[in-house]
Amino acid sequence: MSDEVIWQVINHQFCAFKLRTDKDQNFCRNEYNVSGLCTRQSCPLANARYATVKNVGGKLYLYMKTAERAHMPSRLWERIKLSKNYNKALSQIDSHLQYWQKFLIHKCKQRLTRLTQVAITERRLAMQDEERHYVGVKHKVKRREENRERKALAAAKIEKAIEKELLDRLKSGAYGDKPLNVDENIWKKVLGKVDEVEQEEEFDEEDDFELESGDEAEDESDVGEVEYVEDDGDDELVDLEDLERWLDDSSDGEQADDDDEEDDDESDDEDSGKKRKSTSTSDDKNKKKRRARVEIEYEEEPDQLQTNIAI
Amino acid sequence: MSQSTSEALKNIKNKQRRQKVFAELKHAKNKERHTKRSERAKEERADPTLREERLATNIPETIESKRVYDETITAEVEGVDEFAQYFLSGKQPKILLTTSENAKKVAYEFADILMDFLPNVTFIKRKKEYSMVEIAQYASKRDFTELIVINEDKKKVTGLTFIHLPEGPTFYFSITSLRDTKQIEGHGRATNHIPELVLNNFNTRLGKTIGRLFQSIFPHTPEIQGRQVITLHNQRDYIFFRRHRYVFRNEEKVGLQELGPQFTLKLRRMQKGIRGDTVWEHRPDMERDKRKFYL
Repeated sequence: MSDEVIWQVINHQFCAFKLRTDKDQNFCRNEYNVSGLCTRQSCPLANARYATVKNVGGKLYLYMKTAERAHMPSRLWERIKLSKNYNKALSQIDSHLQYWQKFLIHKCKQRLTRLTQVAITERRLAMQDEERHYVGVKHKVKRREENRERKALAAAKIEKAIEKELLDRLKSGAYGDKPLNVDENIWKKVLGKVDEVEQEEEFDEEDDFELESGDEAEDESDVGEVEYVEDDGDDELVDLEDLERWLDDSSDGEQADDDDEEDDDESDDEDSGKKRKSTSTSDDKNKKKRRARVEIEYEEEPDQLQTNIAI
Repeated sequence: MSQSTSEALKNIKNKQRRQKVFAELKHAKNKERHTKRSERAKEERADPTLREERLATNIPETIESKRVYDETITAEVEGVDEFAQYFLSGKQPKILLTTSENAKKVAYEFADILMDFLPNVTFIKRKKEYSMVEIAQYASKRDFTELIVINEDKKKVTGLTFIHLPEGPTFYFSITSLRDTKQIEGHGRATNHIPELVLNNFNTRLGKTIGRLFQSIFPHTPEIQGRQVITLHNQRDYIFFRRHRYVFRNEEKVGLQELGPQFTLKLRRMQKGIRGDTVWEHRPDMERDKRKFYL
């Protein structure tokens, strides 16, 4: 088939590669097209003698076809690898297309220039590491997330949760012995409440040891139970110990009020009970140690607060 | 509304009349409910045990209570987490704050807001020639413990990247519903005291890691005389940031005054090291089950 017949078909009937536009200009989708336009000159199908530049796997090749190989479609195109050096590649095109039409030489050089530029841009983009990680968000998903956030906020009751947490911290003694963030009267009341609970137990049990050992919850479970105590001698000893302790305390002279002192002691006991459940404290020496520990705990206070914070 | 009443309503052809009848029915129903409630309240005031009983038996079902079982919630944390070294060393937080490339005004304004409450923080203007990884390297050489990058897109603050230094991990949170202090009604003025931190509901393994991240940002010794508290409350994987000043009114009551800002974070990605392999990533299909939560 002559070129002219092919072009007549392409131009007036149908071409699979033709991209029609409303303007006069039509485009060509054939990858061998050197200019991308649908014209008689740059049509790769209607020209038996044709040349183009192509990028194959990052390398640029000059593709040429001639009428002599038109009957062998498998060997139709002759390709020559172009140098990476732009100037050398230009001279390569010049030498290989020496007696070809001026149009093809010019277009091949133009295409080489453009492909070289594209390669440079690609390389530069590949060098940059993408800081942002782009994720498409659909409108539906966006709206759903907004709604769920609104509902979660309503369910959270944040202020109540904060208030509860702060009260927990206050009552568990996370703020230390003399917290700076509470009014003194309120702090006394808080201590008093803790004290009341423990005092009741004291009346019921008449035993100091029981109160001291184990944590608060355990004590409360014992409230109604009848207990059989071994000996009276023990009791006397306890009294003595109490006296000793009281003497110790007064000699320490930390606080003027005896009652206050008692309060302090009780709250500390509760703290240590919560923190170290397995401490056996029926020893007198231990008690003295604990007395000393009050201050150590105060120093540890931030640490303890942190563990509270840690969920 | 029972079947018969709705049938009867349908038989009324005049629309206005139908609406009127319907409104009357609804009003009657409402009234009945209210009287019932007030009676119940009266009874309960006389005998508080009734109220306790009702509250004990009548527990509403919520999404939280129906949450899909997650075995890491009750389990102890296995091994050491990424922040163990930091907490053992007892270092104080030192934060480097910057923005994304070509950030606009909103990003700088948000940086200002963050610098108001972040301790020991340095802001640097982002330069195009340094990547986030390079900045992280420089910062860890200068003993910074955290790199925070504000992500701005189309003049909106969209996210925050937290890179724990020197070895990661990296977290990316999206930011929504940001309101600064001025927009909050009845807000107070914050003081310079180091606030307390309240972290609520960080329960799963991943959630605990997130909790540790926020813990590592704030100093471990709050100045409680300032009576300020920063809250990060996790509810259904949305992390609500709030800042309040509190006062103990009595032993059962706490007064709160909001200091601002408010914003909501949502974890989108967690990466190993400094922007390394992705450990966890949020996908929209994770939300298909309403009752499955990851934090």
